[in-house]
Amino acid sequence: MKEFGYRRADDVSGAVALLAAEPEARYLGGGTNLVDLMKTGVERPALLVDVRELPLDRVETTPDGGLRIGATVTNSDLAAHPEVRRRYPALTQAVLAGASGQLRNMATVGGNLLQRTRCGYFTDVTRPCNKREPGSGCSAIEGEHHNHAVLGASDHCVAVHPSDMGVALTAFDAVVTYESADGPGELPLSDFYLPVGDTPHRETALPPGALITGVTLPPAPVAARSRYRKVRERASYAFAIGSVAAALDVRDGVVHEARLAFGAVASRPWRARAAERALTGAPADAAAFAAAADAELAAARPLPHNGYKVPLMRNLAVAVLTELAEETAR
Amino acid sequence: MASAPPSTHSAITLTVNGEKHPLTVDHRTTLLDALRERLDLTGTKKGCDQGQCGACTVLIDGRRAVSCLQLAVAADGREITTVEGLADGDRLHPVQQAFLDLDGYQCGYCTPGQICSAVAVIEEHAAGWPSAATDDVRPEAGPPELTPEEIRERMSGNLCRCAAYVSIVEAVARAAGERTGGAADGAEEAAA
Repeated sequence: MKEFGYRRADDVSGAVALLAAEPEARYLGGGTNLVDLMKTGVERPALLVDVRELPLDRVETTPDGGLRIGATVTNSDLAAHPEVRRRYPALTQAVLAGASGQLRNMATVGGNLLQRTRCGYFTDVTRPCNKREPGSGCSAIEGEHHNHAVLGASDHCVAVHPSDMGVALTAFDAVVTYESADGPGELPLSDFYLPVGDTPHRETALPPGALITGVTLPPAPVAARSRYRKVRERASYAFAIGSVAAALDVRDGVVHEARLAFGAVASRPWRARAAERALTGAPADAAAFAAAADAELAAARPLPHNGYKVPLMRNLAVAVLTELAEETAR
Repeated sequence: MASAPPSTHSAITLTVNGEKHPLTVDHRTTLLDALRERLDLTGTKKGCDQGQCGACTVLIDGRRAVSCLQLAVAADGREITTVEGLADGDRLHPVQQAFLDLDGYQCGYCTPGQICSAVAVIEEHAAGWPSAATDDVRPEAGPPELTPEEIRERMSGNLCRCAAYVSIVEAVARAAGERTGGAADGAEEAAA
């Protein structure tokens, strides 16, 4: 590991100023991804600015019935929070589906959104990777890619975003707030991650040196009936090969409102807007759910070894939506 | 003498098992390496060193964490508890005693991490935290029962290459039951 400086930030503006003065600096939250990447040489910061003790560690209800989640709230505290469990149960389920108890105690909300892909070529500095080393090529397209993207990828990169939390946040229209040298700003999570295109190394629309200060969830009554289901290669403590966050409001057998997002299929948590449009006003039955999933997955471009993800996501979406519809009927 | 900023070392104080240890660390030092190499607290084990196996689990401010991904410098001022700090003199912690009584290990290498993790699992469950094995996470559903399925999910961050899992689940269930006065006895029987 390369030697580096360490500063503990006293306040948000101080942290942002430290980053502005040192372009090779990184913010340190829980460190569960960054420290690992530093050990393997993927990340080589000159300075770590520790933001874990900044006063951004609260989950608060907003006057309109939403939630404001501070950037340094740990995954554990977010998942256990009664208002998250009550208003956005799929968010708690998504967080609890990720990592282990130890890692959830360390990891933070801001860091979760900025974690890097677990593509084995990205984390292996001896192999070409356009995300790590722009222009070097993509090893996964011709290599091991059974867990790579089927939606929104490009010829330059087919890596997936590994977050579970982000999938639920995307379904619930989360807005990321940040502080940069130019002052505060915000980005809807749906605009937070950049399209892959030919710049897979540019992952987010955050201004350089910006610090995520929190995530705001607007009120979403539909989210009170929501679920997250994750498929992985073992029963627990593994990244998804596919996941679904869904919320459903059914009235008189007809879908009044639906939220749907997919995980582990794209470079970002994937909001399934085509499926949502197909669901709205449709009968709440398996045929309509399958048609909606197909509407979303029509854009899928699988690689030779990840074609299974298309039927997997279709079946997963139908199953979760059916469970939610049955729950409504009870 | 090098005097180039930023400095790559810091003087910190690690508070481990109630004892304060002033030391100067290279910023690259993980808490795991500081405990083992600087403080001779070798109970905490290095397995994967990548946050994937749980062998290095300790408690930081009362919560379980993997010490291999925790920089020592960032642990300055926090309360660390290792497996060496669980017993009360010669009286083992109930989780330690349960692992001993029920053979919750084979080679023993992962055991300190398993025990530290289990101590925290029991506290997390007592605080009402749901898990990925919990059917209904809404607060109105009440706290989940600590079934074998719940224990397995909550302990999934601790790998055991000897696969002593059956006995580990029993040991956690017994220790949890003792904490709550026998409420989890059913789980221990079901696990057996």
